[in-house]
Amino acid sequence: MKNTIGTSLKFERTIDSAFRRVCWTLALLTILLGGLIVFEIFYHATPAIKKYGFSFLTSSQWDPANEAYGVLPEIWGTFYSSVLALIVAGLLGVSVAIWLTQNFLPSRVEWFLKTVVELLAAIPSVVYGLWGFYYVIPMLRPFAGWLHEQFSWVPFFSTPFTGPGILPAALVLGIMILPTVASISRDALSAVPSRLKEAAMGLGATRWEVIWKVVLPTASRGIGAALVLGFGRAIGETMALAMLAGNSSRLTLSLLSPSNTLAARLANQFPEAGPSEASALMFAALVLMALSLSANVFGVVINLRARYKLARVGVAR
Amino acid sequence: MKIDPMRRLVLSLLVLSCAFVAGCAKNESGSPSSSSGSSAARTKLQGSGASFPAPLYLRWFKDYEKESSTVYVDYQAKGSGAGIQDLINETVDFAASDAAMTAEEIAKVKNGVVMLPMTAGKVVLAYNLPNGPAEVKLSREAYCKILMGEITKWNDPVIAACNSGATLPDVAITVVVRSDSSGTTHVFSTHLSAVNPQWKEKYGINKTINWPNVSHLVKAPKNDGVMALVKQTPGAIGYVEYGFALQTKQPVATLENQSGSYVKPTTQSGQASLASVTDVPEDLVVWIADPVGADCYPIVSYTWLLCYQKYSDPAKLKAVHNLVDYCVGEGQSISESIGYIPLPPSMIEKVRAATAKIQ
Repeated sequence: MKNTIGTSLKFERTIDSAFRRVCWTLALLTILLGGLIVFEIFYHATPAIKKYGFSFLTSSQWDPANEAYGVLPEIWGTFYSSVLALIVAGLLGVSVAIWLTQNFLPSRVEWFLKTVVELLAAIPSVVYGLWGFYYVIPMLRPFAGWLHEQFSWVPFFSTPFTGPGILPAALVLGIMILPTVASISRDALSAVPSRLKEAAMGLGATRWEVIWKVVLPTASRGIGAALVLGFGRAIGETMALAMLAGNSSRLTLSLLSPSNTLAARLANQFPEAGPSEASALMFAALVLMALSLSANVFGVVINLRARYKLARVGVAR
Repeated sequence: MKIDPMRRLVLSLLVLSCAFVAGCAKNESGSPSSSSGSSAARTKLQGSGASFPAPLYLRWFKDYEKESSTVYVDYQAKGSGAGIQDLINETVDFAASDAAMTAEEIAKVKNGVVMLPMTAGKVVLAYNLPNGPAEVKLSREAYCKILMGEITKWNDPVIAACNSGATLPDVAITVVVRSDSSGTTHVFSTHLSAVNPQWKEKYGINKTINWPNVSHLVKAPKNDGVMALVKQTPGAIGYVEYGFALQTKQPVATLENQSGSYVKPTTQSGQASLASVTDVPEDLVVWIADPVGADCYPIVSYTWLLCYQKYSDPAKLKAVHNLVDYCVGEGQSISESIGYIPLPPSMIEKVRAATAKIQ
């Protein structure tokens, strides 16, 4: 009996260390793989980086015939559509998060609705694209046409509505990043210590005063992080945008005009790209990666600082 | 006491990994036999390229598979440029292109290339004009100016001039073009360059065009993408292969040809255009930029199957020969029903002669 237990312990220990090693190796492999991808993109982009350098970011031509490449309109389109999407997702997402955390609903209903919102993240991008193409665009058409007719002097509505363009792209994109924004904001709001709320209530604050003056300010950094992470997602979104943005490289403020994004440019041009264009596309991929990486790092940093601050609030009794 | 579950875990892990390894091994042994097509296995021909003739090719290849039980063909309509790339990289057995191949591209193919016209297609201007007349005619000036972004309304005087008697609605034009590199664009821009000097100077002939920077121009990928967008957008006009407009029952514009008559894209008008070219060079690459003749449809082009000159695998060589035989023989009879133009008999003869180069 003793003997068996001894061997089993030894055996367990071997398994244990083997398991740990396997995990280590796999974890390292993952990191290596990430590094390899970046290296590979950088390597293939090198000819374009050498040839175009900084002007790649500031010129707005994409002309494979004359080997003139620039992604300024794509950078602008990526940024513009993501910011607009963030406005949509921010308004909806934070409202949902408040509604789901501040005891407006029975907890079962809260859980159910939270799950429904999170399920939005499970819908594939191409389905969002189709939905946008066959439903959102026709729905927007009369309204957008009216906007252009009445307010064509406003830069946002200065061009006629063509169908695919910034407005439908931003709306659909906003709904796509809604789960990210809503669930991180929800976490931030529910992390607000209840004694803060109780104290405010004790001082005679109404429920809305508590939400506006205590809960939201305390959770503001967490919500900020939610927005930045949502922005990061919006930047990299591809398929739906390739279907909805109109793929036309234009530098414009008009919401009704077609536009293009970096990710959509990559998706559209890669299959048929010759060597010089492929290199330029790799450069564009690098720009896209830098944009979304910085958005994500920024978001994570805000989120960490928010937690740190909350922890301090908790400590200071 | 503790040993049992532990052992069971280890055992099951072992069994699992054995199964996994076995599965991998099986896969590895399975794939070469299917690709090399040795003895009893079916020979697989992998092709990729143009989306312009894809509806016809897919039908041909399916029919051919039924007929010969030993070969199956996998064709991926990635686009002409991608097909040529694949042919150069030797990842396919044949490719297809609407822009044939340039001498530079041919030089990159180690095994040599044979270019065979398989069918011809018409590029049409499909439009979506609610409350429009039954037929929209477009003069050369009108469609060039529309594509260059200079005409923005359907009731523009230039369009009205060639549609006397019809009332054109006051609807804004949305021009739909290709977002990807495309053989269809190559065919279309070849024609526009022949017709309009301004186009030739500003945009030229290419698979991707540096389109005018106007807000009523939208890009969509592939023929299907352009077609879907035209169908979806009131006031839209876009260029596609005729077959795609036929499938979706979208109206297409009647175009003015070189002799000044307005011609609908039909099989007859297409064949007239093909017949207008009499001297065919040895590599079988003919461009019909602007056919001469009163009943010619103006935008017509052959589309080519690209084969290697040498195939190391005899099974594949035989399969390629048989496939080409089928396509230029029996296959031609169904071209028309899918919207393509059957090859003229003289061209079929030349294609059959050229297949001798495939060895």
